[in-house]
Amino acid sequence: MDLTLSPSELAFRDELRAWLLANHPGREPVGDEAAFAFRRDWQRQLHAAGWAGVSWPTKYGGRGATLIEQAIYNEEVVRAKAPQAANVLGLAMGGPTVIAHGTEEQRRRYLQPILSAEEIWCQGFSEPDSGSDLASVKTRATRHGDEWVVTGQKVWTTFAHHAKWCMLVARTDSDAPKHKGLSYFLMDMDQEAVQVRPLVQITGEAEFNELFIEEARIPHENIIGGEGNGWAVAITTLMHERATLAFGLQVSAQIALNELIEKARSTRANGQPASEDPVIRQRLAQLLIEAEVLRLNAYRGLTAIMRDGVPGPEGSLGKWHWSEVSQSLTELAMEIAGPRAMLAEDEWTYRFLRARANSIEGGTTEILKNIVAERVLGLPRMR
Amino acid sequence: MNFDFNDDQRAIKRTAHDFLTARYPAATVRALAGDDRGFTDEQWNELAELGWTGLVVPEAEGGLGLGAVELVVIQEELGYALAPTPFFSSVAATLLLVAAGTEAQRERWLGPLASGEARGTIALWDEHGAWSPDQSEVEASGDTLTATKIAVADAAAADVLIVAAADGRHYLVEAADPGVRIEPERSLDPTRKLFKVALDGVAADSLALEPARIAHAYQTIVTALAAEIVGVAQHAMEMAVSYAGDRKQFDRPIGAYQAVSHRCSQMLLEVEGARSLAYWAGWALDHEPDAAARAASMAKAYASDAGFRVTASAMQVHGGIGFTWEHDLHFFLKRAEANAHAFGDARWHRDRVAELSGV
Ligand SMILES: Cc1cc2nc3c(=O)[nH]c(=O)nc-3n(C[C@H](O)[C@H](O)[C@H](O)COP(=O)(O)OP(=O)(O)OC[C@H]3O[C@@H](n4cnc5c(N)ncnc54)[C@H](O)[C@@H]3O)c2cc1C
Repeated sequence: MDLTLSPSELAFRDELRAWLLANHPGREPVGDEAAFAFRRDWQRQLHAAGWAGVSWPTKYGGRGATLIEQAIYNEEVVRAKAPQAANVLGLAMGGPTVIAHGTEEQRRRYLQPILSAEEIWCQGFSEPDSGSDLASVKTRATRHGDEWVVTGQKVWTTFAHHAKWCMLVARTDSDAPKHKGLSYFLMDMDQEAVQVRPLVQITGEAEFNELFIEEARIPHENIIGGEGNGWAVAITTLMHERATLAFGLQVSAQIALNELIEKARSTRANGQPASEDPVIRQRLAQLLIEAEVLRLNAYRGLTAIMRDGVPGPEGSLGKWHWSEVSQSLTELAMEIAGPRAMLAEDEWTYRFLRARANSIEGGTTEILKNIVAERVLGLPRMR
Repeated sequence: MNFDFNDDQRAIKRTAHDFLTARYPAATVRALAGDDRGFTDEQWNELAELGWTGLVVPEAEGGLGLGAVELVVIQEELGYALAPTPFFSSVAATLLLVAAGTEAQRERWLGPLASGEARGTIALWDEHGAWSPDQSEVEASGDTLTATKIAVADAAAADVLIVAAADGRHYLVEAADPGVRIEPERSLDPTRKLFKVALDGVAADSLALEPARIAHAYQTIVTALAAEIVGVAQHAMEMAVSYAGDRKQFDRPIGAYQAVSHRCSQMLLEVEGARSLAYWAGWALDHEPDAAARAASMAKAYASDAGFRVTASAMQVHGGIGFTWEHDLHFFLKRAEANAHAFGDARWHRDRVAELSGV
């Protein structure tokens, strides 16, 4: 057991830390378009310095970083409060999926523009009638020569309004059992047949969208992982969504928690700082402990991946646990605010509302508990 | 950055697991739980032969000189086996003596404690005292001590008592002193015997006033206890998962119902969380002492809650059979709940965490 960083890991961290300090572009502007342009510039800057896609092989423009270095990267970026990269879905999910299942040609075509933020990606999995039950998607693709013609509807598609490519799961064989009849396409969003309509979230912003797809065209060569193999490829994307983000998420929870402690110290409640209220203290302490568990479990998960090649049981718990921590943290912030919780006067109001999605996006908590029960504990399946 | 145990630690874990599960099958645990003494000389001697009694004693003083991580490994397995043994009480007393024993005390006691010839325990809680483990009001008068301590674990098996007193002081009292009276108490957890210890003008031999070293010893003690809870909870979870797969109602295994399966998933979340914290705290005690106080309190607070919740939840999964004396689950619940209150409960340790985190 050695919970310290090796000299080379420390060097990696220090180099990144220094770079982030020297190049931090300041506060993100308000408004979707301005914020997006800002994030795109930031990602270009990251890429130019070799800090985008750090875990990707060097021959595809990555840095070939180890798992630990990747974890350090995610921690440091959050710790520095660096802006989000514009192409989060491409970097965290699309690229790794292409690396895992794409042909050499596809890798050469798609990876570079993901890193440079030239081509933004979105994830077209969910549909109005298919959320948790992803394998039931109805969007249909029919082959016409070298092309597929696609018709259907997608929903909750984050950043679709900025995207060039959509990771689209569609049904290519309606006679096959539901998991077997799917294929995974890269769909060009720049066509009339794809209409994007923003959906306003409970926070008032519109990160996600509806997609109306009416006979859109996709060249056959844009299938990833082969016709009929869409389920396996989609699972790869989801695993990356849940695992890759774990490190950034646990650090963002730690940072939010430190801010919350500050808030508790500076808020007066009943004639004393809220931080001196014994109940608030207990809850803050509990959150500090849970956040520590998130960090330790994330590292234990990495150790298991390095040893066994697959994530250990701890890993699959991370996303679920993180969503609970994130939600309780913002709930406590509202409690600390007291009557001011009725006012929408600082970013805690936004955080409180945004956190409600944490247990839904990227797989609901109920689905994650099913996965833990069936795949980790080996309990009988529900059906 | 690597969370895996090294080869030696892995070997200790394997030996401990195999040895303890072989020596303490459920029937043995049950028999010892019903027995007044609660362990046999043969069982004790075997632990001593494995070197465990000398684990935390420096090599120069007759022990193995191993660290907190090794203790954590053994404690987790003792918890898993639910082994009734005065081992932990004796190690706890030994840790305090190693930390702050005077030269004479070390010379007299560390050798026999390490070899297992002698056993010790800590007398912590005042009879009418506070909830805090560090708030004793006992004071010596001159070099004698008169006090009553409750819930002293394994006192009848001990040769030497370390008595906690006011202002962080500790005194060594020999169990053979004619002023020592030890009476069994009824304990929640029958796998660990508790006693009331009345001291009437006994010879009190002060340990050195070494607050930092004593604090480190207590951090090791609570980390070891947290690790024991991890083992207890792990075992209860395994029982629940196995039962949920076998037991059928309404024509299907109850584990196919989400009200049951999600309960089990929740158990895993808490067991793994408690395990991560206990391992981290053990590591910090050995390698990063500045982080150890916070890590140990985090580990004990989380494990105290998780231990009860997991064992209680396992009981719910078992339905009526889990509530019977005949079923083994209640021993797990009782050990977890008693451990939760030993050496500071979740609330006390959370308060420490808040303080140490600048809240
Ligand atoms: C902020 C945000 C961003 C998103 N971004 C994207 C995106 O970019 N691309 C994309 O494709 N999707 C995206 N999603 C969609 C997300 O993946 C789905 O919302 C999610 O998978 C749940 O599907 P659903 O909304 O249809 O709910 P449903 O699946 O209908 O679930 C409703 C409720 O039923 C429960 N439930 C369903 N099935 C079971 C079961 N078997 N056992 C127990 N309970 C069950 C669920 O847990 C939930 O509580 C996003 C969602 C949010 C909130």
